[in-house]
Amino acid sequence: MNYVPSDLKVVGTRPIRPDGVDKVTGRAQFGADMVMAGMLWGKVKRSPHAHAKIVSIDASKALKLTGVKAVVTADDFPDIPSEEAFVGEGPMNFRDLSRNCMARGKALYEGHAVAAVAATTQAIAEQALELIDVKYQVLPHVIDVEAAMADNAPILHDDLFTANVEPKATKPSNIAKRVYFHKGDIAAGFKGADVIVEGRYTTEPVHQAYIEPHACLCAYGADGQCTIFSSSQGQFMTRSYVAKLLGIDIANIRATAAEIGGGFGGKTLVYLEPLALALSKKCGRPVKMQMTREEVFRASGPTSGATMEVKLGAKKDGTIVAAQHVLKYQAGAFPGSPIQPGCMCGFAMYDIPNVEVTGYDVVSNRPKVAAYRAPGAPIASFAVESAMDDLARKLGKDPIALREQNGARNGTKTHYGPTHQNIGFLATLEAAKSSAHWKSPLKPGQGRGIACGFWFNIGGESSAAVHVAEDGSVNAVSGSPDIGGSRASIGMMVAEVLQVPAERVRTIVGDTSSIGFTHVTGGSRVTFATGMAATMAAEKVVDQLKSRAAAIWDITPEAVDWRDGAAHPAGTNAGAFEPLTLSDIALKAARTGGPITSEVSVNAQGAGPGFGAHICDVEVDKETGQVTIVRYTAVQDVGRAIHPSYVEGQIQGGAAQGIGWALNEEYIYDKNGKMDNAGFLDYRVPVASDLPLIEAIMVEVPNPRHPFGARGVGEVPIVPPMAAVANAIRDAVGLRMPSLPMSPPKVRKALDTANGD
Amino acid sequence: MPRVVISGTSCQRFTGGKTELEVTATNFRRLVVELEQRFPGLGKQVEDSMAIAIDGEIYQDAYSAPLNPDSEIVLIPKIGGG
Amino acid sequence: MSKHHVTTTINGEATEFLCETQQTLLDTLRDVLGLTGSKEGCASGDCGACSVIMDGKLVCSCLVLGVEAEGKAITTVEGIADGDHLHPVQQKFLEHAALQCGFCTPGFIVAAKALLDENPNPTETEARYWLAGNLCRCTGYDKIIRAVMDAAAEMRGETVR
Repeated sequence: MNYVPSDLKVVGTRPIRPDGVDKVTGRAQFGADMVMAGMLWGKVKRSPHAHAKIVSIDASKALKLTGVKAVVTADDFPDIPSEEAFVGEGPMNFRDLSRNCMARGKALYEGHAVAAVAATTQAIAEQALELIDVKYQVLPHVIDVEAAMADNAPILHDDLFTANVEPKATKPSNIAKRVYFHKGDIAAGFKGADVIVEGRYTTEPVHQAYIEPHACLCAYGADGQCTIFSSSQGQFMTRSYVAKLLGIDIANIRATAAEIGGGFGGKTLVYLEPLALALSKKCGRPVKMQMTREEVFRASGPTSGATMEVKLGAKKDGTIVAAQHVLKYQAGAFPGSPIQPGCMCGFAMYDIPNVEVTGYDVVSNRPKVAAYRAPGAPIASFAVESAMDDLARKLGKDPIALREQNGARNGTKTHYGPTHQNIGFLATLEAAKSSAHWKSPLKPGQGRGIACGFWFNIGGESSAAVHVAEDGSVNAVSGSPDIGGSRASIGMMVAEVLQVPAERVRTIVGDTSSIGFTHVTGGSRVTFATGMAATMAAEKVVDQLKSRAAAIWDITPEAVDWRDGAAHPAGTNAGAFEPLTLSDIALKAARTGGPITSEVSVNAQGAGPGFGAHICDVEVDKETGQVTIVRYTAVQDVGRAIHPSYVEGQIQGGAAQGIGWALNEEYIYDKNGKMDNAGFLDYRVPVASDLPLIEAIMVEVPNPRHPFGARGVGEVPIVPPMAAVANAIRDAVGLRMPSLPMSPPKVRKALDTANGD
Repeated sequence: MPRVVISGTSCQRFTGGKTELEVTATNFRRLVVELEQRFPGLGKQVEDSMAIAIDGEIYQDAYSAPLNPDSEIVLIPKIGGG
Repeated sequence: MSKHHVTTTINGEATEFLCETQQTLLDTLRDVLGLTGSKEGCASGDCGACSVIMDGKLVCSCLVLGVEAEGKAITTVEGIADGDHLHPVQQKFLEHAALQCGFCTPGFIVAAKALLDENPNPTETEARYWLAGNLCRCTGYDKIIRAVMDAAAEMRGETVR
């Protein structure tokens, strides 16, 4: 059923979120806030070397230390053979995941876990780490993506052969796979071009940098029944990954999603939980583990650094006739960079007849990359949108006009195959063009840039339940951990269907034993897929309420309407009955058939993609190279904003992360392959004084596959900012910065070089 | 008969480079079975790691996704998220 | 490794605890006293998630030792509300949706209260610089700043937003 916008009473309003008071008073329980009787503290011993054979591990001294209760190494985990590696929902290589959580045979990055210990206090656990004697044979290491691709590069895996190349690869390589998409005839396309722009772009690895480090509390029961409480984007993912890594039946684990202090993709897999549970199994007591901030940087997946080349060809009138992109992404220690989506997203906004995209997934001695908000797309778009800006200048065209002219619309065939339907790119550009920001004049010395972005958004498996309590108040149970206010929007959709005020519905997040399977909170899927399940559950509850009213009135259910939170006779023929509210009907639930409740599970399809257009004004201090963002506007098509404040929040937050990625964030390595800046002092994320207010303009092009028209919104906003900032700098000082981050030393150097010419 | 286009490179080693196929299958499940029969290994590869876009709408892990003779059908790599 | 006995006042209540020499005030609050509202984001004073007010001064409790609490008056996020009544900063955070994951929120609530205690009429720039020691990764700070400015206006008796 699709709901008509003009009828909506709850959806589209801004109620206070149901978990809000707990969060502003410090009562909400995050991953490290839980305690259990008899709890021990776990800590991890990590490799100091970027690449080394593990010759031996001797924990005997550590085990003798008073207070130490258990030590685990790779020997305590099943060695998952490669044939089993893809078992489970989704293409997760469990063999690699196991070896990432606990090194087996080789340490592949500085920070790689080689052993873990559980002890009665944190101090004793730390002491014990010092007493675990690990002998390494240090090997040459490689970090940079092109260095890792070179013929003489140190090889990380003897059994990794480049996939998808002809002839078939016979020598082990760091290039895990090659990816290729094409449309039309690229050579002919460039032949027909009047104007060509080319560029080479590099980005450094950046971390999701959630403020809450990974944390968990795990208990292995004497009968094999386990409990996990952890900061995670998916309690069902945590459960099944840990089950796989330890060889346990999935149903023997009850995983609860703690409140989570940010994830952005970095918590869609496990690090500590398998270790904590293995330790707990060994010593029979609950084990609590949390990463330090240093460990988060050194040992949990940032996203790829990359090297790219873009070439665009256009006619004099602005029609783009050819587009070529080569992308090389770092995967970290194991294959699995977001090279595929990177290759698909860069040109997804444009209607270009001849396109060729080639990508490489390359391993190197860094932590295994994890998903980061629209994985792969921000990197690709940095290059493409910078090149588009150069093209607009060369053609003498307005940058929005160039994009409008070549923009994807309903019926545009993408270069990766499918034809776009029901998309909002042009509406987004139109809104950007009409914005107050775009129309406002720049002050002297300021520059303005615009860039666009695309993300698929996914659907997938979600479960939700609606239960009517005996007094007519309502509980909704969501299977999705709440990262950014989804409990509020889920509850609002349920309230809308039931036609009661938002405050009548209390939404919680269920654990793995209490609600049906739900895929991770990520991929911008929760409002879409879990919202769909919750809406359907609420609709089933309305059907039940109508039947119960019919039973009370002794008429047929077809003669009952549900309106304004109450049952009404459908017409005068049905009978002159006074309306029955939720409370009235709930009171008689037992007599009319039993509890009034519904749970729905879906595998939601039809998640529509999203587009963004960001406008950025900057001032560049020519003496220090510092770039100041003076104004920022982010336009995005959001389908329908269920709770507008949280949609705005996603847009603003994604933009801020992109700005950090653009200006300051990077992993800096020393010559031994160790991260130099593993802390928030030197890994510089944006702070409040770095940013202006960020205007979020929401364009509503409804997604017909969602009952309220919602599209995913969380990931699109991180895609445009880097190029928006780079294009603004270009406008301000006439310099193209092809390399991220555009930090003060680099900007200053570019200014000096330009002046020296 | 429905026409299926295979995007990307991960299937080429099974099809000998062929990227467009005519099939008799009427839904995704039957497509997987048919592809496995015609090109051993391809069915599993598609089921494990590909999504299917039917007239622009992306289906992932959906056996019942319908294949019509008039539809645009493209197999693309599965999409995750962050 | 014998522990130290500390007597202090936390959120207005006389409190005693035992802590190890090296334990920070943050560790003590969380693991000894069960006050888990203050969060560890970095343990190096860079993120502000552990912000508390000590004798009227805003500090990172990860940079204070537990033993330093002796004889001091400490306010944590758990002490900002007055029973059932939320502090205006807390209320405005809810109204403006100035939190998404909520992890940095306790630190911001404490820091914002400290700001308004010292400067009831900050400009947006002053608020941003005061709060520059509190990292947020979710919101981009926009709604946080709006909430703080609105709370300040309300506390000054102004009703115009």
